[in-house]
Amino acid sequence: MSLLEARNIRKIYGSLKALDGASLVVSGNEFHGLIGPNGSGKSTLLKCIAGAEIPTEGTILLGNRDITSFTAAERARAGLSLKFQITAVLPELSVYDNILIALQANSSLFVLLLSLSRKALHEKAMDCLARFKLVDKHDQLAAYLSHGEQQWLEIAMALAREPKLLLLDEPTAGMSPQERRATGELLAPIKSSCSLLIVEHDLDFIKDICDSLTVLDQGQVVASGPTQEVQNSQRVKEAYLSHA
Amino acid sequence: MNQTVSPSASTYRQVLPWIEIALLLVALPLPWILDDFWILFATKICILALLALSFDLVWGYAGIMSFGQALFFGVAGYTTALLATKNGMSSVLILMPVAALIGLVVAFVVAVIVIFGKRIPSIIFVALGTLTGSYVVERLVRGWSYVGGQNGISSLPRLSVGSFEIEEGVAFFYMALALLIVFYLLLRWLVRSQFGLVLAGIRQNESRILFFGYNVQTFKGVTFSLAGLIAGLSGGLFAFHEGFIGPGQLGPVLSTQAVLYVLFGGVGTLVGAILGVSVIELISYVLPQVDALGPGVQQFLETGWPIVLGLLLLVTVMFRPTGLVGFMVSERERIGSFGRPPKSQAATGSRPVTQPREAQS
Repeated sequence: MSLLEARNIRKIYGSLKALDGASLVVSGNEFHGLIGPNGSGKSTLLKCIAGAEIPTEGTILLGNRDITSFTAAERARAGLSLKFQITAVLPELSVYDNILIALQANSSLFVLLLSLSRKALHEKAMDCLARFKLVDKHDQLAAYLSHGEQQWLEIAMALAREPKLLLLDEPTAGMSPQERRATGELLAPIKSSCSLLIVEHDLDFIKDICDSLTVLDQGQVVASGPTQEVQNSQRVKEAYLSHA
Repeated sequence: MNQTVSPSASTYRQVLPWIEIALLLVALPLPWILDDFWILFATKICILALLALSFDLVWGYAGIMSFGQALFFGVAGYTTALLATKNGMSSVLILMPVAALIGLVVAFVVAVIVIFGKRIPSIIFVALGTLTGSYVVERLVRGWSYVGGQNGISSLPRLSVGSFEIEEGVAFFYMALALLIVFYLLLRWLVRSQFGLVLAGIRQNESRILFFGYNVQTFKGVTFSLAGLIAGLSGGLFAFHEGFIGPGQLGPVLSTQAVLYVLFGGVGTLVGAILGVSVIELISYVLPQVDALGPGVQQFLETGWPIVLGLLLLVTVMFRPTGLVGFMVSERERIGSFGRPPKSQAATGSRPVTQPREAQS
């Protein structure tokens, strides 16, 4: 059964068609890659799904729920979690507090006012930090982490809320080959608990971790299916070669 | 699950609590040290410190640029003044809660207009909305004879508790100081709570917080309304301490003064707001009296003091955005922690992390 379904998404900015009827299906516990040449509409589609952009046309379903008109916050509460392309950790908070703020998002206003869930969330916060190898840096301000560590922290924050679907926009951008490999290893275990929709330029990375791929070109879907099948598709090769 | 924390985990020196204790130790014996005039002066500082705290809460902690704090201050002052002069009320136990309630309600109404809505408003929208509201109400009050027009409302009776009258002087000073301490402690707890952590997140990256699923407007609205309550209480105290409330206490000039207090003292630290009020009010009064400056400069300061204040604000924003507190407190301490593991464990490095320590002040 599909977890996320985006149907015929169109996004038009003035005279520019960023998305022109793109559709996408992500199943439960699936790692799905969204690839395509620069300007093909990958990030726009991801933003439309997350609620950062409102599609001009189209429908987005999460489970059987139509979330097209939901705000970003409502989509987050429905089970979507986004990691931005540009690192968006909270620089003037400690690493620990970055995780805590993500973890406590489900707490009510009353609970937050009285700090009633702080102790209960501590173990979870430490688990998140441990999983992303950030325990040693828990007390540092996030601004002083390396670029790769900031990316990991942001993935940890996105995962902390235990989403149904994690949306990652170029999580390995600016990382060294070692950091990319480590990122793949860090993401692999989450498959048992959530699905992943990932936009990435590094095709080797995406081929290694994704079960299926959707390829976009000029706002339209060129191919979609299991990774191996899409990889060998003539249309995909042409789409990439035409931009080479 | 137990995790170990490495010795590299940083700790920071705690200076803020010492500044707070020092200020308290200075304030408590003031009535025994100062003459009548300076006791009145110190009382006014306590009252204006509440106004400064209200602005610090909205801007320094929630990132809401409000030029409307004087609106809540003034409307509450006018309401209590009217209750006293037209209805003969003088009980502090009625008038001060009413002042706080009026501040809360007016701030909530303003929040409904400028904060709540489908889209999150920009800083500029809120700043201009509150500035406009403050200006409009000031102009209306100036032309409304029922509330005294240009002259405001004067000759207010003394506040009382039962048959005991709270005279301006020692009794009023301790009442204002007690209220300042109570609200300071309340805010100190609030800004370091889990709610305060969300405010810190909103201040730094509002859209990131949205994507966690937080209803940002609710957090901002609650904070803005609470700040209105504090400004309202401050306005009520001010009216009865000065025995007067006028249109000048409603408008953008006082709102801007509140901004200056906080930026000069150290935005985002509660103690900075109090330091800012104290230093600016002291300099404002003392500087024009210094004979060594010469009669020309003294005469200029008497009328041109707002120009000096404006320049001071400019210099602070450009060269010392952390204000006076920034000279004494490290960046790490100013930011603080909301739920980090116990410091002792962070320092020793090999012991398991168990429960989070209560946040720093």
